[in-house]
Amino acid sequence: MRTLLALALLISLGAVAFAVEPSERLADPALEARARALSGQLRCLVCQNESIDESAAPLAHDLRVLLRERIAAGDSDAQAVKFITDRYGDFVLLKPPVEPATYVLWFGPIGVLVIAAGGGLVYLRRRKTLAPAPAPLTDAEKKRLEGLMRESER
Amino acid sequence: MRRLLYLLPVVLFVAVAAYFVLALRPGRDPQLLPSALINKPAPSFALAGLSGSDGLRLDALKGQVMLVNFFASWCEPCRDEHSVLMQLAKDGQIALYGIAYKDKPEDAQQFLKRLGDPYRGIGLDESGRTAIDFGVYGVPETYVIDKEGRIRLRHVGPLTEADVARELLPLLKELAHS
Repeated sequence: MRTLLALALLISLGAVAFAVEPSERLADPALEARARALSGQLRCLVCQNESIDESAAPLAHDLRVLLRERIAAGDSDAQAVKFITDRYGDFVLLKPPVEPATYVLWFGPIGVLVIAAGGGLVYLRRRKTLAPAPAPLTDAEKKRLEGLMRESER
Repeated sequence: MRRLLYLLPVVLFVAVAAYFVLALRPGRDPQLLPSALINKPAPSFALAGLSGSDGLRLDALKGQVMLVNFFASWCEPCRDEHSVLMQLAKDGQIALYGIAYKDKPEDAQQFLKRLGDPYRGIGLDESGRTAIDFGVYGVPETYVIDKEGRIRLRHVGPLTEADVARELLPLLKELAHS
């Protein structure tokens, strides 16, 4: 049992470990933190659904090192990211930029929601006007209803 | 007017369905990426060569239509592609240059000795930085560079005879006459 637990712990530790190797890290913790934050936003082009921060692919390693070189050389975050997108295009950004080509992506869901909400509202309003409330029960009907209720209670 | 409104969901559905059909049609590989450098100047490089031969400098090659092929001796698809490159270079009409990506010089040399050398010149990109400048994300990749030094085409993955006939040769012909 204990070995099993130890094994489970080991496996879960493996899952949280990142691909960043000690030799890649910058000495300055502030710069390294910036590099980590940026590399979490950049897609690994080999695996495509991992960031370069998480990926163990050699190209991801190269890009992490490159990113750190740019930051150590005094690039701002935007400049360092631009250095990568100039070469690999916006696809490397895990969060696509808001621009005409991505309007559908960013605003499409809101648009669909607005259309659906508008349609729903129109439908509800029309239903109210089209189907007026039913006329109240007549005295005879009330009496009959009471009779039925009493019968069912018994 | 009201009737048209009822058609709206159908129209929306058709639009979305058309998008999916286009995006998922057979023969389209969703992992293929467009190059960010199409119609932009090819990134400059100056690489060491294999032993006994000159290196490869972009400046020295400019002014001609050329192919730049990133390959590696350790890359299996590059082997598949190699016979196509040999065929392409056979009559000596096409300026084909090779960049050995993260390869040991002796391995690259051995690779070309065994399979033949289709290249007019070879550069060694041991750090992989030149490849990153080109936006390479896996070997082999092949680039077409025009007379003005701009990248006109990127082909990701091994070139097949069909690729050569369909996309490469027509473009090379067009660029040669422009």
